[in-house]
Amino acid sequence: MTIITPAINNHSHEEHHDDGSKNLFGFWIYIMTDCILFSMIFATYVVLHKHVYGGPTAKELFSMPFVLKETMILLTSSFTYGLAMLAVNKNDKTTTILWLFVTFILGAAFIAMELHEFSNLYHEGHSWDRSAFLSSFFTLVGTHGLHVTSGLIWMLSLMVQVLKHGITPKTHTKLACLSLFWHFLDIVWIFVFTIVYLMGAI
Amino acid sequence: MSNLHHNSGSAHGSTKSYIIGFILSIILTLIPYYLVVNHTLNMQSAYITILVFAVLQLLVQVIFFLHLSGDSSQRWNLLAFIFTLVVLLILVVGSLWIMWNLDYNMMDH
Repeated sequence: MTIITPAINNHSHEEHHDDGSKNLFGFWIYIMTDCILFSMIFATYVVLHKHVYGGPTAKELFSMPFVLKETMILLTSSFTYGLAMLAVNKNDKTTTILWLFVTFILGAAFIAMELHEFSNLYHEGHSWDRSAFLSSFFTLVGTHGLHVTSGLIWMLSLMVQVLKHGITPKTHTKLACLSLFWHFLDIVWIFVFTIVYLMGAI
Repeated sequence: MSNLHHNSGSAHGSTKSYIIGFILSIILTLIPYYLVVNHTLNMQSAYITILVFAVLQLLVQVIFFLHLSGDSSQRWNLLAFIFTLVVLLILVVGSLWIMWNLDYNMMDH
């Protein structure tokens, strides 16, 4: 890849090595701040989850088989993204697109299931303004869902970029950043699954 | 393009590590799930058990999916992660303590 340097060269030395490692580390730091964000929403849920204001409890509202399915789908999508990254590292454009696509479908299925759950709750009257429990539930699970949705949009964008430009240092770095994001979302879900759904069912 | 493989920001997995991570995660999900839905344990044991399994699965996914390790290429990532955990523990434990304390002091004694 030839770089046409402008007459006034302000590039630092590292940039000519097309190394995305600083970008990736910076993105990791962002992920760390996102952990803090989620942890506080979790803490809020833990404080408020028994405050049902006369309404139904977690145990009465959540379907465990449904949640297990959702969980397995998201977990599998984290695995398939891993397979996508293995293809990226081998500069295999076709296999990369394939596994990104599979990951996307799984992620979209997860969101569809979640929207279905939310819609049912809402239409049965168990909406976020019903009680502190439900407010904190929708905030926590909804924030996670928004993150997943953003990831899906980002994934589509990267699939287009890879189709158009192939696997370049730039697209490689971007895919690596999305991989941190996507794996992180499954890790947060471990705790949503455990603290919201499993604890709710005990 | 070969310098990509010396990209110190990312560690690389292998098919094997992803498969191991995936299978372990499935197991670490199913065990607490069935313990809970079958009401196998008493309440307190159940709470502790599922939290332990959650932490174990966190570690599995951080190691096998995120490739976090003590390797020189991962050292700054690991440091940032540990620091985040420290801050997080202070925030979460501190908040829960404060709110529990508030709740307790507001009761009719």
